[in-house]
Amino acid sequence: MEKFIRLDALVAPLDRANVDTDAIIPKQFLKSIHRSGFGPYLFDEWRYLDHGEPGMDCSKRPKNPDFVLNQPRYEGAQILLVRENFGCGSSREHAPWALLDYGFRALIGPSFADIFYNNCFKNGLLPIVLPTEEVDRLFRECEAMPGYRLVIDLPSQTITTPEGRVISFEIDPFRKECLLNGWDDIALTLRHADEIRRFEEAYRARHPYYFVEESAA
Amino acid sequence: MNAKTLYDKLWDAHLVRQEPDGTALIYIDRHLIHEVTSPQAFEGLRLAGRKPWRTASVVATADHNVPTDPGESEIRDPVSREQVVTLDQNIRAFGALRYFPFRDPRQGIVHVIGPESGATLPGMTVVCGDSHTSTHGAFACLAHGIGTSEVEHVLATQCLIQKKAKNMRVRVDGGLPPGVYAKDVILAIIGRIGTAGGTGHAIEFAGEAIRSLSMEGRMTVCNMAIEAGARVGMVAVDDKTIDYFRGKPLAPKGELWERAVDYWRTLVSDTDARFDREVVLDASTLKPQVTWGTSPEMVTDIEGRVPDPAAFADPVKRDAAERALAYMGLEPGTPITEIPVDQVFIGSCTNSRIEDLRAAAAVVRGRKKAPNVKRVLVVPGSGLVKKQAEEEGLHRIFLEAGFEWRDPGCSMCLAMNADRLEPGERCASTSNRNFEGRQGAGGRTHLVSPAMAAAAAIAGHFVDVRELLPASA
Ligand code: SF4
Repeated sequence: MEKFIRLDALVAPLDRANVDTDAIIPKQFLKSIHRSGFGPYLFDEWRYLDHGEPGMDCSKRPKNPDFVLNQPRYEGAQILLVRENFGCGSSREHAPWALLDYGFRALIGPSFADIFYNNCFKNGLLPIVLPTEEVDRLFRECEAMPGYRLVIDLPSQTITTPEGRVISFEIDPFRKECLLNGWDDIALTLRHADEIRRFEEAYRARHPYYFVEESAA
Repeated sequence: MNAKTLYDKLWDAHLVRQEPDGTALIYIDRHLIHEVTSPQAFEGLRLAGRKPWRTASVVATADHNVPTDPGESEIRDPVSREQVVTLDQNIRAFGALRYFPFRDPRQGIVHVIGPESGATLPGMTVVCGDSHTSTHGAFACLAHGIGTSEVEHVLATQCLIQKKAKNMRVRVDGGLPPGVYAKDVILAIIGRIGTAGGTGHAIEFAGEAIRSLSMEGRMTVCNMAIEAGARVGMVAVDDKTIDYFRGKPLAPKGELWERAVDYWRTLVSDTDARFDREVVLDASTLKPQVTWGTSPEMVTDIEGRVPDPAAFADPVKRDAAERALAYMGLEPGTPITEIPVDQVFIGSCTNSRIEDLRAAAAVVRGRKKAPNVKRVLVVPGSGLVKKQAEEEGLHRIFLEAGFEWRDPGCSMCLAMNADRLEPGERCASTSNRNFEGRQGAGGRTHLVSPAMAAAAAIAGHFVDVRELLPASA
């Protein structure tokens, strides 16, 4: 997983509530057996005027000029401002993969759906929760000022606006550590392998009926 | 001793370790795997040179993008085929307790076959790379939908990294009136608390109406906990729970069964347990529900009308309603019963079990599909459900009405296979999501119970199923 320490990047505003993972990456793209290559299809139904299918050359497809990410001023954005309950719906990890593959490294919004929120951290994408009024203000500032950038500093848990306003945010300390170091969850957990094994043995003794097949085999 | 909720008990029984900040490792009993969210996880294991921790915890099936055309033995779409073949190969290479591949007689939707085979048992922790894993909570399981990285993590470590959620109880008091089903209960709950109402909480569904539901009905309710924002939904163990598992292939037998039952009986919230949040509904006032928008919380009852977005005080909600009506092609104030449908889908992990098919068949018996309805798909949740329905003759009722009787799979619930809506087509669907494009790009989905879906197929528009039901004896 790529480390996340500090990000100074252009911001794009996606002004819709309840953006679900079907909208982030439509299901026809879930047939891939790989983790990468989803970026061109991010928000496919909103971004293009035709219907997308896996393997299409997106550079030749008709773009929807009204969709925010198609506006030249947001080209190269790495921070996405979002509204409440972003990432609701299916558990597909293809959603954070698509956001990352497109180039986003951080999301800022008033709330995120649980599974999606979790999935972001596992892939080095930072979802930041701020109070609604603060998010409203960022939306207003971003829309009013072309080239609007934010500086996200994970060690100090702050966001700095172009006019120098500093906003702090909360993040779970464990997740912060993992992001800062680019740690992979599995390696971290396997440091406790002995403890898991001890638990498993005691658990098996207490609940043998969950292990029927194995003991029979 | 402290009084505990069901969730507390399940959590404590599986807690391997907990960091001071609350991050915990939870031991996983059952790992359900399907073709869409697993290839990258197996690939990850392979790349890191890791082995699965306990392959006997794995039960796998292909469901999301298999064709459901009757008797179709091949997957024509090459991309879908590659995914299913990849699953075959991964299971062969890594092993599993059971695998129900495409065209196995017991293959089906992962959330239907788990309980049906006894792979899911009360008190287990169950995970699956699918958000509707909450379904298994109907059996007092702690069941989490997980992402692909977590699939890989569970394969490698037999644990899930979690923080404990808050406890929430949704109590549904009173009895369900005729024509009102489990699906209506959960849609009404979501209508009340919203799609983020359960975020951060584990929901226990309780109360007289929930207890009166069959296990199938409870599965329908827990299935959609995720649509209420909760990753976990549960119902406490009672006699129905235990009876359900008698004789199931993977359930324990003999003395072990007795021991298991003794333990399972403890899987209820203590009477004085504390919940962080409680919501109470009265079932006796419920009416059949129909969604009108592009989020499950955009729901009303069959006597209702399409709302006027201007009536929403919250500007975000107003905006969402406006967008939804534009997408759905609906005018404010239209009575729900005047909305015509083009297609009807009876299936999905929400409503594809035998009881759902019986409820639909009871409405359809001796009637015919309306001429304006192009297509009605009935897709049983598993090979076993299909067989049972055929033994009961339900398939004949559907076929005589002009419906299609399909092979098991997810089908038009997410339209990853060839079953899908055309742009602008409107569908009465028993599935769980009405998001834009869910059932095909531009498709318009209205979520309803199986009986309501069947009724819409007969009438050609939404109709109050209570008017079509045979007068109850
Ligand atoms: S039926 Fe639908 S919701 Fe259920 S597992 Fe399949 S795709 Fe997911």
